Amino acid sequence: MLGKLTWAAIPFYQPLPLYAMGVVGIVILAALGVVTVKGGWPYLWREWLTSVDHKRIGVMYLILALIMLLRGFSDAIMMRSQQAIAIGGAQGYLPPDHYDQIFSSHGTIMIFFVAMPFVIGLMNFVVPLQLGVRDVAFPVLNSVSFWLTASGALLINVSLVVGSFARTGWMGYPPLSELAYSPDVGVDYYLWLLQISGIGTLFAGINMVTTILKLRAPGMTYMRMPIFCWSALTSSILIVVAFPILTATFAMLLLDRYVGMHFFTNDAGGNMMMYVNLFWAWGHPEVYILILPAFGVFSEVIATFSGKPLFSYRSMVLALLAICVLSFTVWLHHFFTMGASADVNAFFGIMSMIIGVPTGVKVFNWLFTLFGGRVVFRTPVLFSIGFMVTFVLGGMTGVLLAVPPVDFVLHNSVFLVAHFHNVIIGGVIFGALAGYNYWFPKAFGFTLDEKWGKASFWCWLVGFYLAFTPLYALGLMGMTRRLQHIADPNWRPLLLVAEAGAVIVFLGILCQLMQFYVSFRTRESRRDLTGDPWNGRTLEWSTSSPPPAYNFAVLPRVETIDAFWQMKRRGLARAEPVYEAIEVPRNSPIGIVIAFFAVMSGFALIWQIWWMAIIGLLAIAVTVMVFGWSENREREIPANEMARMERARLSFGRPA
Amino acid sequence: MTIATVDAVPVEVVRGRGGGGPAPTRTVVAYGFWIFILSDITMFSGLFAAYAVLSDRTAGGPTGSDLFNLRNVFIETMCLLVSSYTAGLGALSAERRQRERFLVFAAFTFVLGAAFLYIEISEFAGMVGKGAGPSRSAFLSAFFTLVGMHGAHVTSGLLWLVYMVAQVVAKGLRPHVLRRLLCFSLFWHALDIIWVGVITLVYLMGAR
Repeated sequence: MLGKLTWAAIPFYQPLPLYAMGVVGIVILAALGVVTVKGGWPYLWREWLTSVDHKRIGVMYLILALIMLLRGFSDAIMMRSQQAIAIGGAQGYLPPDHYDQIFSSHGTIMIFFVAMPFVIGLMNFVVPLQLGVRDVAFPVLNSVSFWLTASGALLINVSLVVGSFARTGWMGYPPLSELAYSPDVGVDYYLWLLQISGIGTLFAGINMVTTILKLRAPGMTYMRMPIFCWSALTSSILIVVAFPILTATFAMLLLDRYVGMHFFTNDAGGNMMMYVNLFWAWGHPEVYILILPAFGVFSEVIATFSGKPLFSYRSMVLALLAICVLSFTVWLHHFFTMGASADVNAFFGIMSMIIGVPTGVKVFNWLFTLFGGRVVFRTPVLFSIGFMVTFVLGGMTGVLLAVPPVDFVLHNSVFLVAHFHNVIIGGVIFGALAGYNYWFPKAFGFTLDEKWGKASFWCWLVGFYLAFTPLYALGLMGMTRRLQHIADPNWRPLLLVAEAGAVIVFLGILCQLMQFYVSFRTRESRRDLTGDPWNGRTLEWSTSSPPPAYNFAVLPRVETIDAFWQMKRRGLARAEPVYEAIEVPRNSPIGIVIAFFAVMSGFALIWQIWWMAIIGLLAIAVTVMVFGWSENREREIPANEMARMERARLSFGRPA
Repeated sequence: MTIATVDAVPVEVVRGRGGGGPAPTRTVVAYGFWIFILSDITMFSGLFAAYAVLSDRTAGGPTGSDLFNLRNVFIETMCLLVSSYTAGLGALSAERRQRERFLVFAAFTFVLGAAFLYIEISEFAGMVGKGAGPSRSAFLSAFFTLVGMHGAHVTSGLLWLVYMVAQVVAKGLRPHVLRRLLCFSLFWHALDIIWVGVITLVYLMGAR
């Protein structure tokens, strides 16, 4: 009746996650209680849960990313503490079985449920505004994408209390992840929840590509698109081309585990290295899926706060496109030790160095944009400059690792761990936080506090270097990754420094929460009444903060790059237009309903509760068919209503 | 395109550089679906790659030349290709608002697609009966997954076709129904493209 699910699935023998989830459960129940008492459900349902507005969905992605950042970070600090304690005779506080789940879930969460929702959320929020249009190409599909991602995040948290998570690392390499060596549900959680969220990500990518290529304001030619839209386009193309490979790979591993096939098994002709190749054929484009939008954020931030157009826009676009193509030619550098021939390794080593060239072009473009500009050192700029220094260092250690003989020495050492945290924290996370500080006033209508923002930046920067520079040294000294116990007491001082770094990063996260709290309390005094708090260059700043649901009453006419900057210079930005009737998409509960049944079927498939899985999948099919039958997905706002709303909103005609 | 809406923009800007403003819904829907098909083909490329790697990993079990019957494969290929042709004729009839003709061609498409599936399922059943099921060897795992995934796509295509016929009967050939039919046509033709890869890599190269 309940498949493999029994009371033994609740890990009473491991009190730590139970306490943690107990606390989280109480917080969630309290929050739900407050919403219920205050009668907030109709508002939440109408304005958020069923919203298909790209801005609301973008904000929900960011909220998901921030919540999961706390979860992923608590995994990180638990690992750092374990490694700082369990040296020599000491065993630490985490048994191997638990520790292995923690490093696996840390990687999975940080990549799929922090970095991905962060960049997709930013793209969702910003791209239609920058393109000067009213929504993405498929608003309801956008909601489905978000809710499928949230479903994956929910399932990974369920694995904390019901059953266990994978002990295989976040890549889930066979044969360890095969049924013979991982017989419990850990790997099944990993596979199914990533399949569910992966479909959501794929839909988000398709939506974004279509939006950027087919829906732009009149006059916005390709070479007039804001650079962030280019970065979103290249990132989304990579999503469309890379994520299906992951889906296929995971499907094969699932078939191995569920029906006894032999894709990656040791026996009957299976080939485990094929998994590793396929995984990284997705995995390397994935790191560019994450970093390209961050490059876009830095480009916007640096141009805006330097008060100059971006230096060499065309070379920036070319560099993005070059990276987009080259990212598919370097996957083997993740496993030079596979034993491919020297020629093969040399090819991938050289390609890995070549892909650094367009990134170098970008760094010079940012520097030349800053050069001679009147730079305003606000928090997003600090993150951008911190990124440039940190990312260049991380890039150089990457080029080092791209030399196959060096890689043979450093493979799977903490040098590698330091390298990819160097580029992911220094690149993606700094980019996400720069974007958060930069576009926050557009989303909520008030600016974020600078003092706490800067404090958070310095904590992140210092904490990052303290936490990961020691790992470079330890890696060169021979420390491998994922150690639950450290035999060599000589490594203790460096591990303690790394622990201190993690604590400082934690202070950075606290500053961020504090920044939000302080800004919210003082929001009346920090209102953005102009819609253009930074003297921006692109179209998102031409509408109010927060923008109306339809973004632009009249689609802007674009005649140059940096369209809003030109409009301001010509004094066109504030003229009242002639209003026409517009169509806006209606709310739809399809996303959250599909997500509900996706969680249900995912959980059922993990625990092999077949009747429940069938019900869940049928329910999804029925939901899709009901939606597929519908029409009138838009509603029209008549011209006089538009004029009334716009005048009320912008107070046109009132003396300035 | 919607050149009329861009009167404020010089004409040379509009032509060919994407300055014409938002595309009409029909274009956006077909384009988005086309991107989805591309992603689906990428998913198949993963399965093709796996098959290419594992096709000689028979683990002492039967090989392709022991199992494949090219006569059946020829018949099922013809079924699928002709069904694509009738689907195309159906799409043309729908565009011309010829409802009855559309329904006839949809029926042909369905019958041919179902015949394809019937032949494929009999082939699978025969192989499993001979002890050559998907867990026999890595080669057979890859074979059943690749060909079976294509079959699953054909199955969902058939269900979609029935659903679209129901929409046409209930609502008529209205613009939003036509857009959905356009997506269905794209999907159905894409299955042909994948099948051409399957017969070449799996059957023609495997039956030697």
